[in-house]
Amino acid sequence: MERISFTIDGRICASDKGLNLIEAAKQNGIFIPTLCHFKHQNPIGSCRICTVKLNGKAIAGCTLNVQEGMNIEVNTPILLDTRKAILEMMFVEGNHFCPSCEKSGDCQMQNLGYETGIRSARFPHLFVERFIDAKAKRIVINKNRCIKCKRCFEEVTTNDGYKVFSFINKGNKTIVSVDYEQEEKLTESQAQYAMKICPTGAILVKGKSLSKPFGDRIFDQGIPGKTIPFLKTNKNNNSTQKKLVATTSLAGCFGCHMSMLDIDLGLLDLIELVEFNKSPFTDIKKFTKRCDIGIIEGGCSNTHNFEVLRAFRENCDILVSVGECAIWGGLPALRNTISLEECLNEAYKNSLSSEQDETIIPNHEEIPKIFNKVYANHEIVKIDYHIPGCPPNSNHIWNVVKNILFEEEYAIPYPEFKYD
Amino acid sequence: MNRTNLLNELWEYQNKHGYISKRAITQIAKSLKVSILDIEGVISFYHFFHQKPTGKFIIYLNNSIISEFKGFQYIKAAFEKETGCTFNEYDENPLFSLFETSCIGLSDQEPAALINFYPFTNLTVKKVKTIIKQLKEDEKLATISSSFISKIQYTPSEEKTMLFRNYIEGNSLKKIRKYSASEILENISKSGLTGRGGAFFSTAQKWKYCKESKSDKKIIICNADEGEPGTFKDKALLNNYPGLIIEGMIISAYVTGAKEGFIYLRAEYKYLLKKLEKTLEKFVDKGFLGDHICGIPNFNFYIKIQLGAGAYICGEEKALIESLEGKRGEPRLQKYFPTQNGYLGYSTIVNNVETFAKASRVIELGTTYISKIGTQKSKGTKLLSISGDVAKPGIYEIEWGTTIRELLKLCEALSPYYIQISGPSGECINSTEFDRKICEEDIACGGSIMIFNRSRDILQIQKNFMNFFKIESCGVCTPCRAGNQILYEKIKKIERGLSTEKDLEEIKQWANIIKLSSRCGLGKTSPNSLVMAIDKFKDYFNLKTSPITENQYVEFDMENAIQEYDDVINNL
Repeated sequence: MERISFTIDGRICASDKGLNLIEAAKQNGIFIPTLCHFKHQNPIGSCRICTVKLNGKAIAGCTLNVQEGMNIEVNTPILLDTRKAILEMMFVEGNHFCPSCEKSGDCQMQNLGYETGIRSARFPHLFVERFIDAKAKRIVINKNRCIKCKRCFEEVTTNDGYKVFSFINKGNKTIVSVDYEQEEKLTESQAQYAMKICPTGAILVKGKSLSKPFGDRIFDQGIPGKTIPFLKTNKNNNSTQKKLVATTSLAGCFGCHMSMLDIDLGLLDLIELVEFNKSPFTDIKKFTKRCDIGIIEGGCSNTHNFEVLRAFRENCDILVSVGECAIWGGLPALRNTISLEECLNEAYKNSLSSEQDETIIPNHEEIPKIFNKVYANHEIVKIDYHIPGCPPNSNHIWNVVKNILFEEEYAIPYPEFKYD
Repeated sequence: MNRTNLLNELWEYQNKHGYISKRAITQIAKSLKVSILDIEGVISFYHFFHQKPTGKFIIYLNNSIISEFKGFQYIKAAFEKETGCTFNEYDENPLFSLFETSCIGLSDQEPAALINFYPFTNLTVKKVKTIIKQLKEDEKLATISSSFISKIQYTPSEEKTMLFRNYIEGNSLKKIRKYSASEILENISKSGLTGRGGAFFSTAQKWKYCKESKSDKKIIICNADEGEPGTFKDKALLNNYPGLIIEGMIISAYVTGAKEGFIYLRAEYKYLLKKLEKTLEKFVDKGFLGDHICGIPNFNFYIKIQLGAGAYICGEEKALIESLEGKRGEPRLQKYFPTQNGYLGYSTIVNNVETFAKASRVIELGTTYISKIGTQKSKGTKLLSISGDVAKPGIYEIEWGTTIRELLKLCEALSPYYIQISGPSGECINSTEFDRKICEEDIACGGSIMIFNRSRDILQIQKNFMNFFKIESCGVCTPCRAGNQILYEKIKKIERGLSTEKDLEEIKQWANIIKLSSRCGLGKTSPNSLVMAIDKFKDYFNLKTSPITENQYVEFDMENAIQEYDDVINNL
């Protein structure tokens, strides 16, 4: 095989002629992320994460075969941001509830989210209603999570050559479906292979998911020493006085607050540095002083949440959304694809514990009005920083807070940055 | 059965039963030895195929922006009222089924609909009432349908007209006998002919690639899938000069050595099918098609017509080829030109209807004739379809280099304000740009010109366009599938008065990402018009957005957020 040389971001690289760029870059120690590419396969070019520039022109890296003298850009600021943006598009287009996903921790898309340091998506979440198809014998397709990479189309066929997966519809309604008849023909290992190659949790095998405990999953630890890029949001305040902190839980479960308490003895150090004002920790109901930082757990689900959030914005210099619910709605946003009327009927009228015609949907002028959907906090007020996780790691929370308040240098280790 | 015949097979079921049943799908899948899902995937890609029973009359009402401005809403309501059916739903009415559809190539006669693919134009509420009554009384569609013919409003003086002039069948074919394939190619090259579908790729270059290809077979495809909203010029050519187009295809076959040709006709123009078939037959009879064409030994060429089934993206040549192969119309990767790897892997030429017609005229009239018309770079004439707020919508054959101002005068535009050139994926211009010229040096135009006056809402235009892209994206790549949907949400946000200047900035940034990373031309161009409109109609967008303030609240639509709750409680 003829050897050729080309450049990636100005660095001279060498590989066999005609090799796929993703592979060629890997051989030269440069990682180009992708979610649809498969080594031995004809390039699909569907996810577009691997977008690079060849002689100044954008192209999907996985569709490129290296030739002598090629000048390729991979990690320029524009391309890095494009990659991150495409991932964010995937997060908002589907309904990716990492905390409730069987594949969480083993999910390649989630891992790329960590690696690119996505804290919150720049795009609005679309909350399109998609269903879960469990009709097939072994395979469950959760269409909420599919990113339409087409890997399963090409990779999973029956022994007699029939396609098992395919697209249905087009445009924004495009979804992946499974052929029930062909699916039955798959062997156990073929079905598990389908689950394995799915870069998200869209393809599951009944009874075979959730096999590994937290901490042991593929992407729990990351490469030792790997850190997540840090975003700077420092408060320019050099006074040595104790800093004032306020916290609240909106449409959340208080899990993030529990996590905040999880630093154990660290709390004693912390209490030397900060003083809590309005917070469930102090049970102070109304702001008594202006605070340096406000920590918000949970999203905005009703008029009360809305008022509290706006009060926090008014009374705090810096606002931090903590946890998935605060960042984009999280688990309460599971209701966002369902009409409010259905939700209320299910909760108050048709639930197992409600007696026929005995229960009503609670309503009184004193009771806050429930919003049509759960809103992310940044849709209501400006949020200065997002800390993902369900709940976020306690070190992550306090180190970010200390960084913001005292400009303490801090790196976020990979295992502390999670969406679940 | 052959996979390449799949679309025809599906059409047969669709036409016969009004839908393609599970049983039919199973049968087809069996005979093709593919999974059922594979066939369902194809069916669901094309919106003229149905998997649920439809009524005896399927009504497709165009929802393009021109239609919207000419009363789409009222016509839609009228159809629903008269038939008792709901749009875009399968409500098991034995007589009627109603669907919205993207532009059907009748923009000069909107609102327009297709009923079992018969055109009904210039619809009014009263007209709808009559039509439905007539259909219920079982009157023949052929007798009550409207004319689909678009008026030829303008052609240049005779010595400057290329297309709409006297045509005698076989005139250009007569000439090829005298020349070798290379000489013909030389002529095409000299004429400077470029792709008239809107990409403006050199025709001679494309033909040369195919000619030089070592492919076993070569294929010529005429792209008659004119789907860009506001375009109907190919329809006029297909109707007036089908022979001219076919001659163009024959000439390209002569140059490249192709033996097989296809006309991929969009289903919206099904009413042209008979005419095209007849012309093909006539050509065979006259010895212009078949074996030893025009007496040239071993010059054999056959043309088949393939009917599309409703998918805008199939106008993209690589998607068209996929569709022709009986698959979902997902554009192939940009990696190869069709001349390298086209239909079934063979070297393939895909040219627009107008390109073939022009090629034919180049041979007939000679390159000197053409070199005298047009500008330095754009030689000859261009066919335009003009619609919108003008007194004379229709077909215009103009000399390249005509200014927008001249054009506006010709079509008697009524206080023009916003002009969309080359359809939603093209560009928009404002009144300061009326002296710009239509030519490759300035504004190259694929054929669609939509003119809007001051009373039209720019946001409504953009919303319609983005909705179109959202629906018509093939759905394969993330930036186009999700990105257009995200931009659509952004437009809705501006519409609700919740946006600041920051949103406009974001639209521009996000548009860049979509354009940079999309897989094919659809996503690479879909945000163009919106971004241009923001730059060119600043005053309008300033009114629609609030400036960024120091206030750290984000605009929030409280009324909308609690509406549902109030409704539920009030109805208790």
